[in-house]
Amino acid sequence: MPKHSLTASFLLRQMEAKMRNYKDDFPLLKSTDISYLDNAATEQRPAVVLEAVRDFYEHSNANPLRGLYSLAYDATEHYENAREKVRGFIKAPKTSEIVFTRNTTESINLVAYSYGLNFLHEDDEILITISEHHSNILPWQMVAKKTGAKLKYLECEPDGSYSSEKLRAAVTEHTKLAAMAQVSNVLGSENPVKELISLVHGNGGAVLVDAAQSAPHMAIDVSDLDCDFLAFSGHKMMAPMGIGVLYGKEELLEKMPPFLSGGEMIEYVTRDSATYAELPHKFEAGTVSAGDAIGLSAAIDYIESIGMDNIHSRETELTRLLFEEMQKIPHVNIIGSPDYRNHSGIVSFTVDGVHPHDISAILDEDKVAIRAGHHCAQPLHAFLGIRSSARASLAFYNDESDIERFIKSLKTLRRRMGLGE
Amino acid sequence: MANNTFYNEVLTDHNLYPQYKGTLEDATCALEGVNPSCGDDIVLQLKVENGVIVDGSFEGDGCAISQASVDIMLDLIIGKTKEEAQHLSDLFLRMIKGEASDDEIEELEEAGALKDVSHMPSRVKCAVLGWRTMSEMLGKTE
Repeated sequence: MPKHSLTASFLLRQMEAKMRNYKDDFPLLKSTDISYLDNAATEQRPAVVLEAVRDFYEHSNANPLRGLYSLAYDATEHYENAREKVRGFIKAPKTSEIVFTRNTTESINLVAYSYGLNFLHEDDEILITISEHHSNILPWQMVAKKTGAKLKYLECEPDGSYSSEKLRAAVTEHTKLAAMAQVSNVLGSENPVKELISLVHGNGGAVLVDAAQSAPHMAIDVSDLDCDFLAFSGHKMMAPMGIGVLYGKEELLEKMPPFLSGGEMIEYVTRDSATYAELPHKFEAGTVSAGDAIGLSAAIDYIESIGMDNIHSRETELTRLLFEEMQKIPHVNIIGSPDYRNHSGIVSFTVDGVHPHDISAILDEDKVAIRAGHHCAQPLHAFLGIRSSARASLAFYNDESDIERFIKSLKTLRRRMGLGE
Repeated sequence: MANNTFYNEVLTDHNLYPQYKGTLEDATCALEGVNPSCGDDIVLQLKVENGVIVDGSFEGDGCAISQASVDIMLDLIIGKTKEEAQHLSDLFLRMIKGEASDDEIEELEEAGALKDVSHMPSRVKCAVLGWRTMSEMLGKTE
């Protein structure tokens, strides 16, 4: 691998010139001069997504799954086409296995309340990891508290990886449910979900995969993973905020009771009872967020028009540049793997003597947007022995100028806080 | 690079070289102040004699704004009566809300260096942590 010198940056720039300037696809990025490096929190939205949502409300708006007139049929068709698009995106066998939710958090809560509370018991174990996002910790704490099941944490190595030995030791015949992020939102490392799934299945348990940070950056194949549940958010992959997905194996979703109840999820209702609608509508109570689902479908089209492979290689290249430039700056400490290839565009770091909130505020003065704090992963920070961190996270539409500006600002940060360079 | 930083020298100096950081052996009152969402955490100690704050100190962790603000505050209120300190605390909170006049900000001396925090809604809680902790503590001891 050639060292990233000025020549290499020149080559990257040349390559970029030949490629499409993706920023042109994003109204916000075109109209502002912000280097947006907080993509792991939420990505920006391309014009095609915004137009698709607007088009739905301008031309096809009616309450889907309800009315018996052509406009409502049209709305239903758009909504169900979006579901089919998502099915194809994650290679699920059936559209009935795709439930639209608001976001990853709601998807995980659906599984915790509907599956966890009804199928887990005392003496069962729930296995999660120390690097989970709070949204994949708190629902399981709740299930453990209410059912008496034991919540166990798998601990990572200093570089954020999970060893096969520890995985094998942690999974037992009591492991009824395991939950793991495919990519850590702090460390950016890809976790061995497939290995976990096979171990847990060997013991008769089920596995939920949190794909919030992986879905935007790598191809997902739920059939190949053989996971029982998989959750992700639309907004982290350029779709509107307010649409998320839960994939669940049909046999599990069938036996699970509804999470929320009300309209659009019933067959018959009498004074005392109800027959629930078939999958996936059983889990989509109330008027659905059709416009947002259609926005998600447009985001998937956009991703596929660029190609997930191209997105992945572009992001890996940008991560390399960011990583190598950051490593040159004294007092900047990168958290997690020393290999940029195991960061998925996410680089969390600390700067000696400067609180992460101050790092973010100083970078903001230079129009660089990054995240600072505990990134909804307090147990991981406690485990790593740091109070909080700053995080730069990339998307394929970032370019070298974003990284240059970030690095330039980072280099002056300690001086501006009254410390030595 | 932007010139209009609110990380001015007063702020960075008090953050890096706090005058009042430590424990006060003969404190008459102490209270912990926490911003749970961002992790700023201080323990404020005061020695109050005959209604006058004669000494003070703090221990803690947090961002530069939270730590500098409490150090600046101690510098200002030591030697003042409890009522004067409460008055300054009210003034400071009003300054952070962008409601104080220039004359009033002058009364806050060095603490006036934090006035630009009023443009940063997410950092207001950092700047006021020490002040609201003091105010709460003095209110309790009355």
